[in-house]
Order: sequence, then structure tokens, then C-alpha cells
Amino acid sequence: MLYDVLIAPFLDMADSPVFFAEVVIVGLLTGVMYSLVALGFVLIFKASGVFNFAQGVMVLFAALTLVGLMEHGVPTWLALILTVVIMVVLAYGIEWFMLRRLVNQEGIILFMATIGLSFVLQGLGETMWGSNVKALDIGIPDASFEVSGILLNEFDLFAAASGAVLVAVLAVFFHYTRIGRALRAVADDHQAALSVGIPLKTIWVIVWAVAGMVGLVAGIMWGAKSGVQFSLSLIALKALPVLILGGFTSVPGAIVGGLIIGVGEKVAEIYWGPLFGGAIENWFAYVLALVFLLFRPQGLFGERIIERV
Amino acid sequence: MTENTRKIGNTLLRVDDITLSFGGVHALNGVSFEIKEHEILAIIGPNGAGKSSMLNVINGFYHPQKGTIAFEGRERKRMRPHVAAEQGIARTFQNIALFKGMSTLDNIMTGRMLKMKRSFLWQALYWGPALKEEIENREFCEKVIDFLEIQAIRKTPVGKLPYGLQKRVELGRALAAEPRLLLLDEPMAGMNVEEKEDMCRFILDVNDEFGTTIALIEHDMGVVMDISDRVVVLDYGRKIADGSPDAVRANGEVIDAYLGVSHE
Amino acid sequence: MFYREAGQFKTSYAADQTVFPIVQDRWGVAAMVAIAFVGVPLVASEYMLQAVLIPFLIFALAAIGLNLLTGYCGQVSLGTGGFMMVGGYMTYKLTTTFPDVNILIVFVFAGLCAALVGFVFGLPSLRIKGFYLAVATLAAQFFLGWTFNKVGWFYNYNPSGTITAPPRELFGITITGPTASAEVRYLVVLCIVAVFAMMAKNLVRGRVGRSWMAIRDMDIAAEIIGIQPIRTKLMAFTISSFYCGVAGAMMVFLWLGSAETEAFDINQSFLVLFMVIIGGLGSILGSFLGAAFVIITPIILTNAPPMFGIDLPIDLQKHIEIMLFGSLIVFFLIVEPHGLARLWQIAKEKLRLWPFPY
Repeated sequence: MLYDVLIAPFLDMADSPVFFAEVVIVGLLTGVMYSLVALGFVLIFKASGVFNFAQGVMVLFAALTLVGLMEHGVPTWLALILTVVIMVVLAYGIEWFMLRRLVNQEGIILFMATIGLSFVLQGLGETMWGSNVKALDIGIPDASFEVSGILLNEFDLFAAASGAVLVAVLAVFFHYTRIGRALRAVADDHQAALSVGIPLKTIWVIVWAVAGMVGLVAGIMWGAKSGVQFSLSLIALKALPVLILGGFTSVPGAIVGGLIIGVGEKVAEIYWGPLFGGAIENWFAYVLALVFLLFRPQGLFGERIIERV
Repeated sequence: MTENTRKIGNTLLRVDDITLSFGGVHALNGVSFEIKEHEILAIIGPNGAGKSSMLNVINGFYHPQKGTIAFEGRERKRMRPHVAAEQGIARTFQNIALFKGMSTLDNIMTGRMLKMKRSFLWQALYWGPALKEEIENREFCEKVIDFLEIQAIRKTPVGKLPYGLQKRVELGRALAAEPRLLLLDEPMAGMNVEEKEDMCRFILDVNDEFGTTIALIEHDMGVVMDISDRVVVLDYGRKIADGSPDAVRANGEVIDAYLGVSHE
Repeated sequence: MFYREAGQFKTSYAADQTVFPIVQDRWGVAAMVAIAFVGVPLVASEYMLQAVLIPFLIFALAAIGLNLLTGYCGQVSLGTGGFMMVGGYMTYKLTTTFPDVNILIVFVFAGLCAALVGFVFGLPSLRIKGFYLAVATLAAQFFLGWTFNKVGWFYNYNPSGTITAPPRELFGITITGPTASAEVRYLVVLCIVAVFAMMAKNLVRGRVGRSWMAIRDMDIAAEIIGIQPIRTKLMAFTISSFYCGVAGAMMVFLWLGSAETEAFDINQSFLVLFMVIIGGLGSILGSFLGAAFVIITPIILTNAPPMFGIDLPIDLQKHIEIMLFGSLIVFFLIVEPHGLARLWQIAKEKLRLWPFPY
């Protein structure tokens, strides 16, 4: 038994490096998806201190809206624009109905409120567009090719590339624009930001809108890969362990955490899964995060918290 | 009360050469002093002098890098705050740290936590020994409530009370534990003159009637000079004076610290 | 006018600390108990018992369990379904292994198993707080779901993976399995829930409850008073999971009759959390009100529109239901974090002064 767990899987890996490389690549690409979802969490957490449980459902909502519009014969480019508009309106609505009424509440109350929000959004999305599985096709090429014996897929590469572009755009946005600076100020200290005249409410709307758009990108990628359906928001829950690994306030953390979880769970599933009867993917990420929490609660890139009285 | 309880006794707590730093910043640097039984000791100093850090060290919330603390002659190493509470050290906080969701009575009853021993199974029945224990402790808390004159707000959630009363409830919670040593972190901050007078009276009464040793941090020099037996002055994490109020008032270094003479 | 406490004086601290200090309340509660134990079984239909009352009571117990942890001790858990699952599966395993042991004792032992699991998954709460902990409890939810799905030992290797309640007797009357009547099952559930609810109420108004609330409201101050956060939080996790475990056991044995792991999935965890928030965080009464609300709302949504001649498709009903729950969560968190229980209390205070409010 010990041999099976500790040694045999590594021998398998060494036996067939090409297969192992393929597993890792599949894991990395899944990881990119997790990172994209996690990115939305981090943005909102940094700027408003809200742990947005609904980010996963925002991914679903964005994808549902896009597919729904396209099914009604709206051309792809227009559907994309309309979806972005809807996500901005949604951000306004969330700020108006929820956030401004929960200012100064404890984090845990806000967290539970976003659980409520996630149910509202899910119900709303499915009422508007129906709850059956939808195929999303916006014309991303989907052919496979081989590089030195390793099978790759154009679509996956496209997803990874657009993830990288998104991160780069966000980095520029945060560091070189006026709004970006304001966002970082708000993240540091709400009160101080208010006192120098940064309009907190506008900032929140912007952040939630940006998170909505990041959600849309994630939704398009996931949706095009495996169809738009409710389980999308459950997969998005996997972004939570990613955040624990990467730290709640760190953009690079979200990326690295996502990749680690993506690769980790794929490798675990393929090499160790059969020993335990399979499907360990479902909990591997959470348990990994749990173990991680015990040793480094602030995450890989998070800041250490000093408590005061 | 008899003069007897007011007689200042032996050393209750001794801190020796305490050094505490966060990152590179020294909050406390080789501080030593004693607290004697039944006395009222004031710790004063400019903002950021390390006064609150000192209290945090005494009740085990911060762990100093260097130095020792001995309570009743027993030295202790790194320990959790609840151990300090078990030894008989209670405190109040600079920014009120009451349990906002609970009533005044419940807050004060929480202070008696360590006096209640029945297991949760007995409590689930709320009968027999558990009920008896609850009633006995309630009686003690009612005494504290009478003492602090807060009978009328017994069942009010503390979150709804005005600031001055909250401070009083917090004192009540600390008193409910029947402490040997009571640490008060700015008990009069933000109060008006009458509230301050009330609070002074309570502090003196506690000291007088129960013989409780008190160490307090306070900025109001009038109050400090009036009620304390001894004063310790901290500045930039170092102790710069230690003595009777009059002696400290005359100390040149203390005057410099308060008037802001530059440090080389 | 009739709901006055004028003239009722308390002469001892014991009298002041009873659960229902006002005489009229005591009469009201006595009447409720009489109706629940005698009136309901005589009058209620099979449908009423099976679709409304039994699930209401069972979920009320689960909600009490979660409320002890979340409402009183301030630790959010999304693993309620997982802990209920432990109760359900362990009851099955224990009662099939030891068929002669009284089923009520089996319930308690299954609850203890859940308590042990809750203890283990509560360990991270020593290092982490708030939503970090919520994520950690998700691990419990998914890991337990997988375990009871994959490890055949728990369901006696039966090929369908379903656990089915075998018939068990209490005082010579069959209370579980397909032959047990709804009235009998209702009464058993009612007794169990009444006893455990009373015990929960006692816990929260005594030392244990105060130490939980102290940790919830300000953990640092609590520790400085002498409350050990580690012990207190673990105790909350353990007792809370015990309650959830017993609720899970009753769900399989006294309500559904059989179940798979899907019956305890993450949606169940959310549902119980909703009951707690809507009913009122930190209130035992609220747990009952919340459970009633969440159980009854879908039934009203199914039955009310046809009465007005509106025909709602089933999936639309489902969507309206989750939107309604979701918005109510947000609404209650904004307006009244103490939920329905607080509204009830306000109504009572108004009534005390009615009709002369000044």
C-alpha cells in the first residue's frame, strides 16, 4: 500500500514523460480558468474588502447572457457589447441595493450577503435565458496539433493567451491610470481614501463592473469548452481554494495559485486517483487548501496580519 | 473600610528587562518595574511610548523577545492570555472591547467565566448544580452592578449604551472576575468631567474595598497625580522615571519628554 | 391588552432567568405543545405530516445546530450537509450491524460520530477565521460526499449505493422503514426535536453560550478574560455537528426512508444556512421560524398560483424560489440580522403596550 502511494505513481511519471507532460499541460490550462475566476475575487476583495462568493455565479450569469443573446439572433460582436453593458448595469445595481447599505458591516455579514446575491443572480440568469445546457461558439479555433510528441489544442492555447493578455491589461490599468491609483488607495484604507476625495461608491461600481468583465472572459472560455450550464458556478467554487493558496489580496497569487491547483488536482487524479476509487478531483483542491491554511494562513503572497488590542 | 487593606504590601508583579519589537521597531526596550500589592500604579508617557504594549505583555497577549515577568514570585515564559486570567489578572481596553451583541448582565457574567466549572452536559440540563452555580454567580454580578450603579441597564444590549456607560460595564466585567491585579487602559479617555469623577471614585473604591491592585494608563495628569500611589513614566519604549507622583512631577527628563525635547 | 406583565414580580434570580419569564408566554407555549403532541396527530393529513411538518422539524434541528456554530459562536460553516450525511450513514451502518440496539441510542451514537467529524474539521478554526474558515468547511462538504459515495463499507456494499432505513421498533411500535405510519414518525421526531431544542436553549443561556458569544463578538477580549478560543470553538463545532448528525439520521430514517449522498449535497448546506439567516442569527426560536419559512415557501409557490388561475412552469417556480431566498438573505442581513425572531420580538413588545403605547 505504501509502495502504491509513495513510489509507484512517480515511477509511472518517469516511465512516460510525454504523457506526464500532457497531464501537466491539461492541468495548467484548467488552472488558467481557475485563475481567471480567482482574479475577479481578488479585484473585489482588494477594493471593497468584500469576499464575493457570487463571483462564480457572475461567471455563469455573464456566459448565460451572452449565449442567450446570441440564441436570439444577435450577432456575436453586438452580443458581447450588450453583455458588457449588462454587467456594468449589474454592478450599479449591486452597489445600489446591497453594498451601500452594508457599509461598515463585518466581513462575515458581507460574505453571507454575497451568498444571497449568488442565488439571486442564478435565479435571474436562468429565468431570463432558461436552465438547459447551451453550447457557446464564438469562433475560437479548436484544432489539435503536436509539438515534440505532446498533443496540444489551439483552443486551450487561445484561452491561456487571452488570460495572459487580461492580466497584463489589468496590471497596466491598476498601475498607470488615475482610476487604478484610486483603487489601490481604497484597498489600503477606505477612510483615508474618502478623506482625500476619492468617490468610494463610484470606485465600487467600477471594481464590480471590471470583475464582471473578468467573469465574462472566464465564462466564455469555460462555456466554449464545456457548455454553459449551472455546474459552471460550482466549478467556479474551486477558485476559493485557489485564493487561499495565493492570498486574498494578491493578483500574482491568484495566477500562481490557480496553476498550482489546476496541475495538482490533475496529477493527483491521474496518478493517485485510481488508488482511492477516482473522482478525488472533487475535493483535492479544498483539502490541499485546508492543509496549506494550517501552515501559512496568509497565503503564498498575502501579508501577515498583526493583531492589536 | 479599615486602613489595613490599603497598606501597600509586597511585590505582586515584577517585569524585568522587557524588550519587545515588531519587525525592526522597538516598542519596549529593557523596561523593568514592580507592582506592589494593594497599590495604584499609573503608567504614563507620550503617545507611542509603549504603554499599551506593556499591558499586552503583562497579560500575555504579546510575547517579549527578551526579559521576564514574575507574578506572585512565579516566573512565566510564553503563555496565552487566558493563563494570565486564571492567575487573576483582568483588564479593560483603550478602545472598548465589550461583547456588543450581549446584554450588560451577560457581559458581566462572562467575566465570571473562570469561576464556573460545571460541564456542558449539566448546563444543557440547566438544573441542579448547574442552576445553583448560575444563580450564585448571578448574585455576585448583581453586587458588581449595584457597586457600579448600573442596575437600570442590566438587560440592555451594550452596543446601544453611551460611551461612558460602556466603559463602566467594561470595568464591571473585569471586576466580576475578582482579579488580584486589575489593568486599566485609559479608563477615562473621552469622558467629560463628571464621568471622570465617577470613574475615579470607582477606581478608588475598588482599591479600597476589595484591596485590588491596580495598574492604569492615563493621560489626564490631574487624575494621575490625585489617585496613584506611584507613577512609572515610559518614553520611546524606555522607562525614564519611577516614583511617587511628586517626585515624578519634579523629574527633569519627564518634563523634557512631555515638552518634546529632541532625542539624540 | 391581555398581554401584560404588569403585576408579575420576580422575587428570585431563578425566576428572572427562566426561558419564558412572562406568564402569558408560558400559557402560549403550553398550548403550542399540547397542539403539537395531541392535536396535530389527530387532525393532520398524511400529506401535511410527510411534506410539511416532519421536514420542518428535522430541518429546524439542523438549523439549531448550525445556529449554535454560526449564530452564537460566529463561525460560518458551509459543511452542514456533510455533517448531516455522517449522521444518516452512520445510523444506517450502526443499525444494520447491531440490529438489536434501540434505534434512539443508535441516533445518539450516529450524532456522536458526526460530532467527532465536526471536531476534526473544526481544527482549522484554531488558525483561521471568517470566510477562510467557510472555505475550509467546504472541504468537509466535498470530502465527506466523496467518502460516503466511494467507500462501500458505509452502505454495506450494496450496488445502488443507496441507504434504506430498515424497520425498527420502539416500545413495540414500528417507527422506521416503509411500514411506519406518518403519525408515529411525526411524534418521534417531535419528541427528539423538543428535547434537543430545550437543551440547546439551556446551553446558550448559560456559561457555554456566553463563551461562544464572547468569541463571536470579540475574540481577543474573550481570550483575555480567560476564555480559551481553541476549546470554545471546537466545542461549538462538536456540539453543532452532533445536532446536524442527529438531524441527518432522522432525515433518512424518519422522513425519506432512503437516501444517497446527493440528498446531503452543498445545496442542503446552503438551505440550512438560509434558515439560520432568515430565522435569525443567534436565536433558537429563529431556527424554527427560518425552517418553517424555507419549507413552506416552495409549497406556497406550487399551490398558490393555480388558485389565481396562473400556471407557473415548474422550473420557473424553482427560479423564483431561489431568487426569493437570495433576496431575503440580503434583505435580512441589511435590515434585521436577527431575522424573523427579532421581528417576532418587536411584535411582542408592541403588543405588551397595546392599545395604550404611551
